[in-house]
Amino acid sequence: MLIFWIIAGWVGFALLPWYGVDDFYSFGWLADGWPLDKDYAPAAALVAQGQKLWLAPMALALIAPLLVLRRPKSDPVFARVLIAAGAFGFAWLVAQGLGIGLRGFNAGWLDALFGPLDDRQFGMGYGALVTATAFLFLLTQGLAAHGAVNGDVFVTSAIAGVVAVVGIFVFFPIAKMLLAAFATDDGGYSVAGFFPKLFDPRIWGLGCLSGGQCGAAWNSLFLAILVGVLTTLLGLAFALVLTRSGFRYKRLLRALTVLPIITPPFVIGLAIILLFGLSGTVTTGIAATLGIEPSRWIYGLWGVLIAQLLAFTPIAFLVLIGVVEGVSPSMEEAAQTLRANRWQTFRTVSLPLMRPGLANAFLLGFIESMADFGNPLVLGGNFDVLSTEIFFAIVGAQYDQSRAAILAVVLLAFTLGAFYLQRFWLGRKSYTTVTGKGDSGVHPRMPSGLAIPVYVVVTLWSAFTLVVYGMILYGSVVQLWGVDNTITLKHYITAFRVSWGESGLRWTGSAWDSFWTTMMIATIAAPLTAAVGLITAYLLTRQKFAGKRAFEFGTMLSFAIPGTVIGVAYILAFNVPPIEITGTGLILVISFIFRNMPVGVRAGIASMSQLDKSLDESSLTLGANSWQTFRAVILPLLRPAILAALVYSFVRAMTAISAVIFLVSARYDMSTSYIIGRVENNDYGLAIAYSTALIFVMLAAVGLLQLLVGRTQIGRRTSHGEGH
Amino acid sequence: MTKPAFAAAVLATTTILSGTAAHADLNLYCSAQEEWCQIMAKSFEEATGIDVAMTRKSSGETFAQVKAEASNPKGDVWWGGTGDPHLQAAEEDLTEAYVSPMREQLHPWAIAQAEASGDRTIGIYFGGLGFGYNTDMLAKAGLPAPACWEDLTKPEFKGKVQMANPNSSGTAYTTLATIVQLFGEEKGFDYMKRLHANINQYTKSGSAPIKAAGQGETLVGIVFLHDSVAQAVAGFPIATVAPCEGTGYEIGSMSIIKGARNMDEAKKFYDWALSVEAQDLALQVNAFQIMSNVGAAKSDKAPDLSAIKLIDYDFKKYGSAEERKRLLSKWDAEVSTLPQ
Repeated sequence: MLIFWIIAGWVGFALLPWYGVDDFYSFGWLADGWPLDKDYAPAAALVAQGQKLWLAPMALALIAPLLVLRRPKSDPVFARVLIAAGAFGFAWLVAQGLGIGLRGFNAGWLDALFGPLDDRQFGMGYGALVTATAFLFLLTQGLAAHGAVNGDVFVTSAIAGVVAVVGIFVFFPIAKMLLAAFATDDGGYSVAGFFPKLFDPRIWGLGCLSGGQCGAAWNSLFLAILVGVLTTLLGLAFALVLTRSGFRYKRLLRALTVLPIITPPFVIGLAIILLFGLSGTVTTGIAATLGIEPSRWIYGLWGVLIAQLLAFTPIAFLVLIGVVEGVSPSMEEAAQTLRANRWQTFRTVSLPLMRPGLANAFLLGFIESMADFGNPLVLGGNFDVLSTEIFFAIVGAQYDQSRAAILAVVLLAFTLGAFYLQRFWLGRKSYTTVTGKGDSGVHPRMPSGLAIPVYVVVTLWSAFTLVVYGMILYGSVVQLWGVDNTITLKHYITAFRVSWGESGLRWTGSAWDSFWTTMMIATIAAPLTAAVGLITAYLLTRQKFAGKRAFEFGTMLSFAIPGTVIGVAYILAFNVPPIEITGTGLILVISFIFRNMPVGVRAGIASMSQLDKSLDESSLTLGANSWQTFRAVILPLLRPAILAALVYSFVRAMTAISAVIFLVSARYDMSTSYIIGRVENNDYGLAIAYSTALIFVMLAAVGLLQLLVGRTQIGRRTSHGEGH
Repeated sequence: MTKPAFAAAVLATTTILSGTAAHADLNLYCSAQEEWCQIMAKSFEEATGIDVAMTRKSSGETFAQVKAEASNPKGDVWWGGTGDPHLQAAEEDLTEAYVSPMREQLHPWAIAQAEASGDRTIGIYFGGLGFGYNTDMLAKAGLPAPACWEDLTKPEFKGKVQMANPNSSGTAYTTLATIVQLFGEEKGFDYMKRLHANINQYTKSGSAPIKAAGQGETLVGIVFLHDSVAQAVAGFPIATVAPCEGTGYEIGSMSIIKGARNMDEAKKFYDWALSVEAQDLALQVNAFQIMSNVGAAKSDKAPDLSAIKLIDYDFKKYGSAEERKRLLSKWDAEVSTLPQ
């Protein structure tokens, strides 16, 4: 392993172009003056020509490890040299990248210290990327040899890897954005303007208690709590019906619960308006029957609440289904053997064991509601929430970035508060039930006192979901939604036409470009998201290391911040060297990975806290290392969590909008931004037709993922005569 | 996945995604509607052979992006969108001064825009402010058709008027500034207060009120006339009104981004976009604004400029950040907090 990273370091430093190259993979740069041309030269060649001399010290950090290659790992010199070389190399690389930019030194004090620099550098390229990675893993090899985390190279490297990427792609852009909270109009920074803006009555006003409007902060908080509680209950109801009842059409119900999560933004909102709006079918119907004046009741808390419940219940369900399935039937059987009736068993055994799932589901619902932007935009009426306020503070008529940053701080405080409350509630209890020790049996049915209300809720909600989707499907095949109801397929034809040209099949429909880009980006982002998420979850549940809490906080951070803020923060951070990736597809993939990773982490933690440590321990005792244990023992038991992470990240990559709208470019336009463009242009038919097509594509993809990942059998979990 | 395998996966990702938009010959930021942007990009490619990479975003979003990218501009030219963000970009030194040889062919209002900004931006289209109403709903409610700003404050229209929030929407800010210039500041704010009593919702986005009117979710929406006409042409039962007291307007603008990487191509596009040939494209995509080239064709559906009473809109004053902040905080404090 060590020799691999030393070679990688040298390849990055002495062979690959150090700075970013347009169209790297056409390899035009190989013929175009490499290795001496200064645009394409590796760092070593630049230094040899006497240019960019600040890159030279890194060579020392690459030479040092060569000297200890022959020494045994147990030799303290081995560890010390690797730690020193890796840490110095990485720190130097970061420091020179941040310190020297497009216009020489980036900070005034550097000019003052060294005098103005008459040189500049562009964004880092593959050479820098490979060298930086090599330095990082040289450091972790040294740390492991020194005894960190019991000398476990895999765990040390995994921790450092996750810390590094989260640091670069979450903390760095957010820090840049938050700095803007203190920015003044003339470009300086000041604390004086911060507090009046923070305590603005538009954020904190309590007018709603006396009949007026409340501040956006209270609105958001109230809405998020409602959404968190209700999505958790609904998700639990669906999970119970699927695992603990004799319901016959479970597959159908499962598909139905996933529908809203795969629906592009705005579409649910539009359908709800057509149902419950002032001229909506339901509203006018009820008004005519009861003889009352139709009202605009849907615009405000109610509309947003309904839309968010539709949109986010599936997330709670995906988290809860793994946990509800994972509660070991042995425990429940034991309770029943001890003469507890079904209700007592459920209340005192099953439900408490589901607590990690309930807490995580609530947290996700709460955060999603806080960060949601599309639904309040369409249905909010005069009910202001933080996420839309942030968006319009940035792009609206005020262009007030510092206000946006302050609102983001408030939002962040709420979500982090919920996060700590959740940890407090879970406490230090153990929720382990899957022990690997003779686990068999079947989940008992729900007690009937519970089953009836659960059935009623599930039936009503399913019916409502079906009606909403019926509206959407209908909207895609009529001439003009809500006005001209002639059936037509023209919207599908405009979007997805294909024709035979001279050069074979031609994709002439207007939607194909954004469709293929979206598919590609979602396909790349999903497995990476799941991998980063599950490795992080593994570290958090299975390993003890210093700074674990801060680590957990960091991995949740990107999720707690609305996409709009992430979008702007990414532009601020990654449009300039050292990392210059705006306008590429890469920035979209990265934003998806770090936006959606927390779901993988949460699902992974929820599932992993149910797996007994003795499973790992027996694997380790039998001589496997921690990587083998993770791969062969934990991963197969985590299939529901893997599936949840894969499905969620794939689907979110296809349906997310708020961060995307800032990051798309001409070459990489995404479906959602295209759809929003159609909606803005009154082209509802095309927007809905495109969304409907996407829904079917995602359904197919979810089915495919389910086949690929496979199911987990924990114990003999099927009784005779009942399909699973 | 082992760590090297993970690194390999990251590399594989970048394989497919590396490269920037930089090798297009012209990077166009477009803030008009999608079709218009596309037809502009395509027609320019056909006319000149210059490869165009176009990104469509609202003018506010584009402004935020241009500002964020200021130290390393990615765009070359910014075409379309209401004039205020263009003027603000000029004020913040984000755009490049340029005097086009096409300037003499333009309407005076288009040139005035350039003069107000030190030649950093120029008018490409004109859009008057007004409102639209849903004819079906009006007939059902048995109300007289509104024709003036004052009509909207009548008690019959209580809860039936929708406009955007001036804090978030350029359209609504134009409305506020128009009313202040039309009636004077004191009377103007008095009008906004009376209007407030009839407003059912302040939307976030500028064109949302007329879309709501099209769907029957509000009777009246205060918007730009061309948005209202487009809604009617799309098939919704909408009638468009240019208020009898007179009204304000926006000048859709175009700017070259300071430090553009393809400056020559940007100027070529700039000149071309002011030509009759380019401006006639608007009608092909149902854009009913009045174009800035005197020779450009007019639609019979577009509002007739001569029939509209226009105020002498002071873009320099009302587009400045200072005046904007003052009016908005006054509106926040005195109007938006009133009970409805």
